[in-house]
Amino acid sequence: MATRELTAHELHVHAAPTSFIRKWVFSLDHKIIGLQYYFLALTAVFVGMFLSLLMRIHLVWPNLSLPLIGDIRPETYLSLLTMHGTIMVFFVLTTAPQGGFGNYFLPIQIGAADMAFPVLNMLSFWVTLLAYLVMLSAFFVTGGAPLHGWTGYPPLSALPSAGPGEGPGADLWVISIALFCLGALMSALNFITTTLDMRVKGMSLMRMPLTCWAWFITAILGLLAFGVLLSAGILLLLDRNAGTSFYVPLVVVNGVVAGHKGGSPLLWQHLFWFFGHPEVYIAILPAMGLCSQLVSVFSRKPIFGYKAMVYAMLSIGLLGFMVWGHHMFMSGMSPYSAFAFSIMTMAIGVPSAIKTFNWLGTLWGGRIRFQSPMLFAIGFVSLFVSGGISGPFLAQPTLDIPLHDTAFVTGHFHLIMGVASIFGIFAATYYWFPKMFGRMMNESLARWHFWFSLVGTYCVFMPMHYLGMAGQPRRYSQFTEVQYLLHLVPLNKFITYAAFATIAGQFIFLFNLFWSMKFGKKASDNPWEATTLEWTTATPPPHDNFGGHTPVVYNGPYEYSVPGAPRDFVMQTDPMIVTAAHK
Amino acid sequence: MGLVLLVVIWLITFISTYFFVAKTWWLPTGASAAAAGIDHHFTTTYILMGIVFVAAQVILGLFAWKYRDRASAAPARYSHGNNTLEIIWTVLTAILFIGLNLMSSSIWASERFQPAGPDAVQVEVTGMQFAWYFRYPGPDGKFGGTKPELIDPSAGGEAALGLDSNDPASKDDVVSGTMYLPVNREAEVILRAHDVIHSFFVPAMRFKQDAVPGLAIHMHFKPILTGDYEIPCAELCGLGHYKMHAMLKVVSQQDFDKWLASREAEKQ
Repeated sequence: MATRELTAHELHVHAAPTSFIRKWVFSLDHKIIGLQYYFLALTAVFVGMFLSLLMRIHLVWPNLSLPLIGDIRPETYLSLLTMHGTIMVFFVLTTAPQGGFGNYFLPIQIGAADMAFPVLNMLSFWVTLLAYLVMLSAFFVTGGAPLHGWTGYPPLSALPSAGPGEGPGADLWVISIALFCLGALMSALNFITTTLDMRVKGMSLMRMPLTCWAWFITAILGLLAFGVLLSAGILLLLDRNAGTSFYVPLVVVNGVVAGHKGGSPLLWQHLFWFFGHPEVYIAILPAMGLCSQLVSVFSRKPIFGYKAMVYAMLSIGLLGFMVWGHHMFMSGMSPYSAFAFSIMTMAIGVPSAIKTFNWLGTLWGGRIRFQSPMLFAIGFVSLFVSGGISGPFLAQPTLDIPLHDTAFVTGHFHLIMGVASIFGIFAATYYWFPKMFGRMMNESLARWHFWFSLVGTYCVFMPMHYLGMAGQPRRYSQFTEVQYLLHLVPLNKFITYAAFATIAGQFIFLFNLFWSMKFGKKASDNPWEATTLEWTTATPPPHDNFGGHTPVVYNGPYEYSVPGAPRDFVMQTDPMIVTAAHK
Repeated sequence: MGLVLLVVIWLITFISTYFFVAKTWWLPTGASAAAAGIDHHFTTTYILMGIVFVAAQVILGLFAWKYRDRASAAPARYSHGNNTLEIIWTVLTAILFIGLNLMSSSIWASERFQPAGPDAVQVEVTGMQFAWYFRYPGPDGKFGGTKPELIDPSAGGEAALGLDSNDPASKDDVVSGTMYLPVNREAEVILRAHDVIHSFFVPAMRFKQDAVPGLAIHMHFKPILTGDYEIPCAELCGLGHYKMHAMLKVVSQQDFDKWLASREAEKQ
């Protein structure tokens, strides 16, 4: 075993590049690639956020003409909505936690010099960047960006005649997603191999930090889910351009028979959600892993129930592939299958609840330090509970009848998949910034950012549950045509004002990020007094991560406040204590 | 900081909960036979989930404050967890979630596993960009044939559905832009769509079902209160999604018969 690992290690060591292009652009270094992914996601999140701002403005002032942008027409609104969702889900929530932080820290946390396949890693990033550029280009073609929503249900997404944006814009949208799938598949292979093959001596699976477990499980989900989406996307492209009828039956659009025959619109929904539901976990598992890490570090306590956390994540990953039908209770799918999907969905709530209990259990009896990463971790727990609690409503087909496709759903998934995951990304940024850039981020600015984000996002997304119960459908560009929606306008205005404040708060973060890179206080090698391997090496880490030596691991990742130890944390590499719990 | 977190998290929790409890924004008054059952189960779920929500947030805030790091604090407890606790909360959550699910399954089954009774009023509901059309089979009880090449949405009415006038069964079909239903009688809806997916949503009836091109989906519900109810489209169907809207008028059986007769008369 030791010989094999040594070989693997030697095989993947590559010399530090000297030219600017090989060092910063076409880099093979997982740390640089991680940063590239991170900054791609950072650009994308501000684009996505800007689109949502335009949407919120249009919803409550439908006749307002904006400087430089002009009138927002109903089809413009739907393009904004489609691109907001697609960009946020793929290029932010999938890209930053896994491609960004996973790439940077998985190898270091398991003691490796790089990912298993550095060239493949570079290729994953560049394909993802290409996908992003293709996605953005959809705004600039005839008809503009597609209006079929991020879920792209055919026939709407398959027929150029179904609306503006369904021409070349929709083709670019599908091509971009297909490219993204390719990048994600390559990345998933890399993560899985790295985790299985590149761990240093002593780093048994059950001694891995929960972040590594999360990235590992996320990669497995990605491998199984993105392949299906890729195939689904190719079929959609064929339907759109090659006259096939995978998804389109005989349809008549605006009096014109479209020339397709015999396809099934539900086939797309099955394929899409077979990817789409695991995708929710792809977005949030890394945040769960990170949050577990931070709650332990900053409570100065071992994580409560390490094994339970690992098994919970594994069961979430497994069950995540058996619940896709809960998106389709109203789709015309057999009502009998709704039972099966519903039971599985309720079952997936159990490991999610276990994780919450364990986070609370970790806080219990700790000595909590409220530094910025911990604030966001606590915010994550709160948002995870709030977003999770509406899950059992939507998971029951009976209650899904009034709630499906209403703002209730929008509120639910934004809280849990959107904001909670984003809080994970923020927490990770504040936590690892010192290691990545050698400086600390400004703590008071970070606090302001936290309060704006926490209170702001609750004010935006909690009221959406009320709107949904009152029957406000999703994806309406204005609320002027349905009588019962008129009395909901004041609440919608409140949400828009709250969105202004929340978005304003994000500029504090942006400023802090770039300001601290240049002017932040110099960081020590282990500023948070944490135990995992990234804190044993220099700040920022050298090209081969550990400066020529290979660490050996003796302890579990969460040995805090060990009785009798000289300080309140025991590094994973400290040879002094092997605790009973992590033998 | 611990205290501020406690205050903020508790405030968010209690304010959010207040608006649920006060029902400031709530489901519209139910007007179908199934509404009471759905609403009852909604309330049950809401109370149980509400307790979990408030308890988790209150504990989170409380722990943040109680276990904050300070000079006088006790050293952190060195513990890797507690298997008994893990088992207890796993079992309790499983019972709660699966139990809730089983409680509601009969409501779901009642409208979906059995077909509509023989006495039901049949209405074919067709969605197209961006209108709903409602077709009644007339005295012969049969829907006439339609042909895709005859479909002309701009002409509205029968032409929008592509009704084949050569089919004898189509002679007495009534096509309307407003849905009429008699009160206290089951309605069987047959959902179709011409172009893209639409969703037939009647909030007051607690009824929602996608209308999918290529499928004829049979569903049924029973209105129990007369009145006018809005039908917004609930599945993104294109740029006019926000204005795809129709009315459901639930009237007495006599008024329904009268309306249908007058529409038949117009056709002759």
